[in-house]
Amino acid sequence: MATAVMTTLDPNSRSAARGMSDLTIRNLFIIPTIVFLIVFNIFPLIYSLGYSFTDFRASSAAPANFVGLQNYRELLNDPFIWSNFAITAKYVIVSVVGQVVVGFGVALLLNRDIPLKGLLTTLLLLPMMLSMAVVGLFWKLLYDPSFGIINYTLGLGSFEWLSNPDMALYAVAITDIWMWSPFVMLLSLAGLSAVPKHLYEAAAIDRAGSFYTFFRITLPLVAPILMIAIIFRTMEAFKTFDLAYILTSQPTTEVISIRLYKMAFQEWQTGRSCALAYIVLIMILAITNIYVKYLNKVKER
Amino acid sequence: MAAVTTSTERSLNKLAIVGVLIVTMIFLAPIYWIASTAFKPRNLATTIPPTVLFQPEISPFVKLFTKRSQLRTAPTPEQYAAAPWWERLVFDGGEKVVRSGRGEVQWSGYPNRFMNSLIVAITSTVLAVGMGTFTAYGFSRFKIKGEQDLLFFILSTRMLPPVVVAIPMFLMYRVVGLNDTHWGLIILYTAFNLSFSVWLMKGFMDEIPKEYEEAALVDGYTRMEAFFKIVLPEAATGIAATAVFCFITAWNEYAFALIMTNRRAQTAPPFIPSQVGSGLSDWTVIAAGTFLFLLPVAIFTFLLRNHLLRGMSFGAIRK
Repeated sequence: MATAVMTTLDPNSRSAARGMSDLTIRNLFIIPTIVFLIVFNIFPLIYSLGYSFTDFRASSAAPANFVGLQNYRELLNDPFIWSNFAITAKYVIVSVVGQVVVGFGVALLLNRDIPLKGLLTTLLLLPMMLSMAVVGLFWKLLYDPSFGIINYTLGLGSFEWLSNPDMALYAVAITDIWMWSPFVMLLSLAGLSAVPKHLYEAAAIDRAGSFYTFFRITLPLVAPILMIAIIFRTMEAFKTFDLAYILTSQPTTEVISIRLYKMAFQEWQTGRSCALAYIVLIMILAITNIYVKYLNKVKER
Repeated sequence: MAAVTTSTERSLNKLAIVGVLIVTMIFLAPIYWIASTAFKPRNLATTIPPTVLFQPEISPFVKLFTKRSQLRTAPTPEQYAAAPWWERLVFDGGEKVVRSGRGEVQWSGYPNRFMNSLIVAITSTVLAVGMGTFTAYGFSRFKIKGEQDLLFFILSTRMLPPVVVAIPMFLMYRVVGLNDTHWGLIILYTAFNLSFSVWLMKGFMDEIPKEYEEAALVDGYTRMEAFFKIVLPEAATGIAATAVFCFITAWNEYAFALIMTNRRAQTAPPFIPSQVGSGLSDWTVIAAGTFLFLLPVAIFTFLLRNHLLRGMSFGAIRK
C-alpha cells in the first residue's frame, strides 16, 4: 500500500522552483505516518499470525513448534469459546439496543425549545468521556448489595447485581448504557436538527398524526446517522473488555476479549491466543468495513 | 411556525423540559455520588440510608497521597499537637502516616501513577497530533492514488481490539525491553491515536480554503512556508480539539496499560481499581483518587463541547 503514495506528482510545480517540490512534501508528510502504523500495528499482527500456527507459550523457554491449523481447528470446535461468543453477542444486543432506545429517546426530548439546552447537553455527554476502567470501579460502589445507592433508591434491599451469575451481564450492560447512550444521543441530535422544518409544517397542515410524522419523516431522515451510531457502538461493545473485567469475575460475563486476555496473559497459551485474536480480528474488520461505508455515505450529503 | 405552536405543543414542551431535567439528574447522579464520596469522612461513606448531607472533609485526599498504617494506640496529646494539620486528619481517622527513619513522609503509589499518566498521555498526544496534522494536510491537498484505501487502512488500525494488538506487542516489547516503560505505552498510544488524528485533522484541513495557500505561493512563499505560516494558524482550533481528544483517549486507556505495565510505568487506570478488594477498602480514598483522575476529563469535555460531535464521528459529521 505504501507504494501507492509514491506516484508521480508534478515535480515542476510552481512552488518547486523554490524549496521542496509538492511531491517531496507530500511524501514527507504522509509516508512517516504510514510507516509508523505498519511498524506498530501491521507488523505485530504479522508476527502474531506466525505464532498462531504454533504451540508457543510465552511463559516457558521451550521453542515454538509448528502445529499448522490445529489452534484454529480446536478453537472453532471448542464449545466454551462459542459460549464466550454467545455471551458477547448477548451483551452487544442488550447494550446497543439500550443505548439506542435511551439515547434516541433523550435526543427527541432535547430536540425542542429547551432552556439551557447547550449546558444540559454537555452535562449529559460527560459519562462517555470518562475512563471505562474507572467508571467500572465506581459503579461497583453503586451496585454494592449492602450500601449501594442503586438498591437503596430502587428499594431492592440487598439484591445482588455483580455476584449474581444471571444478573451480572445485565449490570455491566446497564453501566455501558449509562456511559454510551449520550453518544447515540449526540449523533441523533445532529440527525434530528438536520431534518428540514418545512417537512413538519407540511405534515401539520396535512393533519398527519405524530405517529405518522415520526415514522415517515423523522426516522427515515435520521436513519443514516443513527446507523453510524449503531455500527460504531456494536463494534465497541463487541470489543468490550474494561467494564466487564473490572465489574465482575463471573463466568457468565466472560466476553470474548476477556477470554482472549486470560488465554494470553494468565494461561500463557500464546500460540492459541494469537489464533483466537485472528478470529476476532477478522470479525472486527468486517464490521469496520461496513462502518466506513456509512461514514463516507453520510459525509457526502 | 407560530401557527404550529398550539397549546398542546406548548404543554408537550413543558413535559419535555421536565423529562430532560429528570434524565440529566439520573445521568449525573453516579458522577455526583463518586465526587461527594471523595469528601466524606470514612464512617459516612457506606451508610444505609446513604449520607447526602455531611460536613465535607479533605482527609480522603491526604490519605490518597500518603502511605498509612493502623494506629495501635491513640497518639499522645504532644504527638497530636506536633503533627501538621493534614497529619491530624489521618490521626482522626484512626490511622497514622508512615514515616521513614529520618521522619520523611512516605508517599502512596498514587502520585507516581498520576505522573505516569500525564507523561504518557501528553507525549503520545504531541506525537500523534504532530504527525497527524502533516499527514492530514497531505491527504487534503495532494492527489494520492488509492486515497480511500489508505484512509480505510489508517482507520482500521484504530478499530483493532487492544488485547489483539497487545499480545504480539507484549512479546516484541519483551525482546527489546520496552515492557513497563513510558516509551512502550507512548508508542502504543501514539499508534492508536494517530489514525484518529489523521481522520479528524483531514476534516479541519478540508475546511481551510486552498486559495489561502495559493495566494501565498503567488506571493513567493514556498509550499513549506505556506503550510507553516498560513495553514497551521488557520488550523489551530482543529489542532487543539484533536489534541484534547487524543489526550483523553490516552489518559483513559486501560487494557494496554494493564498488560504492558505493572509498576514503574503503570498509569492510573490500572492502578486505581487494583486498590479495591485489598482488605477493607476505604471507599473515600478510592473516590478521591477517582475524582482527581476524572477532573481533567470533565474540564476538557466542557472546553470541547462544540467539537464533540465531530470528534466522536471521526470528522464525518461536522454540523
